[in-house]
Amino acid sequence: MKKAFPILAVLTAFLLAYAFYQAMFVAPTDALQGDVYRIIFYHVPSAWTAFLLFFINFVASVHYLADAKPSTQRAAKWIAIAVGIVGVIIPYIPQVRGWLQTIGMYPSSAATTALMIPALYFVIGKLFRGQDVDVLAVTCAEVGVVFCTIVLITGPIWARPVWGIWWAPGDIRLTSTLVLWLIYVSYLVLRRFSDSAQTQKLAAVLAVFGALDVPLVYFSIWFFRTQHPQPVIGGGGSMDPRMLHVLLLNWMAFLCFGFLVCWSRFRLEKLRREVEEAEALESLSEHGGPVVQSSAKVPLGGGAR
Amino acid sequence: MRSFWSITLATLAKDIRLEWRSKDALNAMLFFSLLVVVIFVFSFDPLAEESRHIVGGLVWIAFLFAAVVALNQTWARELRNQVLDGYRVSPAPGTALFVAKALGNFLLVSLLEALMAPLFVIFYNLRVLGPAWQLVPVALLGTWALVVNGTFFAAMSLRTRSRELMLPLLLFPVSIPAVIAMVAATTSILTGEDSAHFYIVLLVTYDVVFTTACVGLFDTVLQAE
Repeated sequence: MKKAFPILAVLTAFLLAYAFYQAMFVAPTDALQGDVYRIIFYHVPSAWTAFLLFFINFVASVHYLADAKPSTQRAAKWIAIAVGIVGVIIPYIPQVRGWLQTIGMYPSSAATTALMIPALYFVIGKLFRGQDVDVLAVTCAEVGVVFCTIVLITGPIWARPVWGIWWAPGDIRLTSTLVLWLIYVSYLVLRRFSDSAQTQKLAAVLAVFGALDVPLVYFSIWFFRTQHPQPVIGGGGSMDPRMLHVLLLNWMAFLCFGFLVCWSRFRLEKLRREVEEAEALESLSEHGGPVVQSSAKVPLGGGAR
Repeated sequence: MRSFWSITLATLAKDIRLEWRSKDALNAMLFFSLLVVVIFVFSFDPLAEESRHIVGGLVWIAFLFAAVVALNQTWARELRNQVLDGYRVSPAPGTALFVAKALGNFLLVSLLEALMAPLFVIFYNLRVLGPAWQLVPVALLGTWALVVNGTFFAAMSLRTRSRELMLPLLLFPVSIPAVIAMVAATTSILTGEDSAHFYIVLLVTYDVVFTTACVGLFDTVLQAE
């Protein structure tokens, strides 16, 4: 696995460079906006990557909470399956279908999103065990906040020349992204400020609260109409295929880059916990002897070997 | 083992008795929100028409900040003499404790609102143009929305360094939809331009969702040590 890292790094660098070249020189200039639209090639892929990472964080947090007891673990498994089944059926009910269209979404894209919940749930459960789930959650939250920050910075840069304003207060997409960013920053603040052994559990609880909050944020600004362009994929928006091609290429590059950063952050966090655990064990064996060692609460022990 | 509600009521009665004897939280909150009102009056000098549009926001900002004062000392009181550890090892359900604390805070913040609302009317020359009775459900639902999450996050921030600082950092982002709904509902009732029904329904949804989440996850937070 470790050998794959430099190979992937080189590949990502090449992909990012190629995507940059495509975005800046190959993609056609927009008829209405001119060259300023090219920021979309960084804005949209960052947004997708950030939302994906927050989604993974949420699923990993649920996993972490559910894995505490075998009974909740079983219950969570069935709930995940139920969410998947219900989520696939509901978007095709005529009333829901009509309502989805008003927010610019196809039923198929809503169903795919719903299907991602059980899929991710089981993939994460297979690949990550014990404390690794929590390491995954914190990694995704950190990298997600960085990508979300890029979205929030590039957005106003684009909006200023095109809309004439930096920020549209009350806009549904802008506000929900901002609130999402705020929630995840508070998640990271909690992790930084809390140094007890239960930080992981508290953070996982907060992640669940944040996920419950997002749909409510969306509805709370329901009546404020959006100025934001329609979604490029899975929505009513239309885009020149040549531009779409470059956009997808950029997304691929950003996904690779995000994956690479997450990977190294994941390894770093695991190493940090191992060092912490080793230090805790060392200080225990110095002061208390091996008897205490077996019963003592090692702060970040458990699955980290 | 006593029933859920008898434990809740016992804890609630204890908290009310403590508050009645000391009046620490209530006095602090009242004076704090009075200061906020006065500072707002000095900062903006609006006409009656304008004030109808902005008072919804000002009222709820004042109450939000004041509620944090009350919420911060909810659990701090139980840390003295290891009361919380006693709860933890007792067979009493943790959720009973949570419900009692949330109800206690709810009563406290509602009392504060009842006392402060006339001041807003006086300082801003308010005259409600919409259906005024709707302000009561908005106030009750909004207060519960702040208090239920506030009580929960206060328990969560017990385990952190500088816990008083931590509570608003955790509470405010999650409360944003509730605050938007409260402010929008209050404004539309005051101005009488729109119907507040949508926001009242949203507040009910918010309350149901987060009360369920808090009650469901409180044991995890209480036992986290």
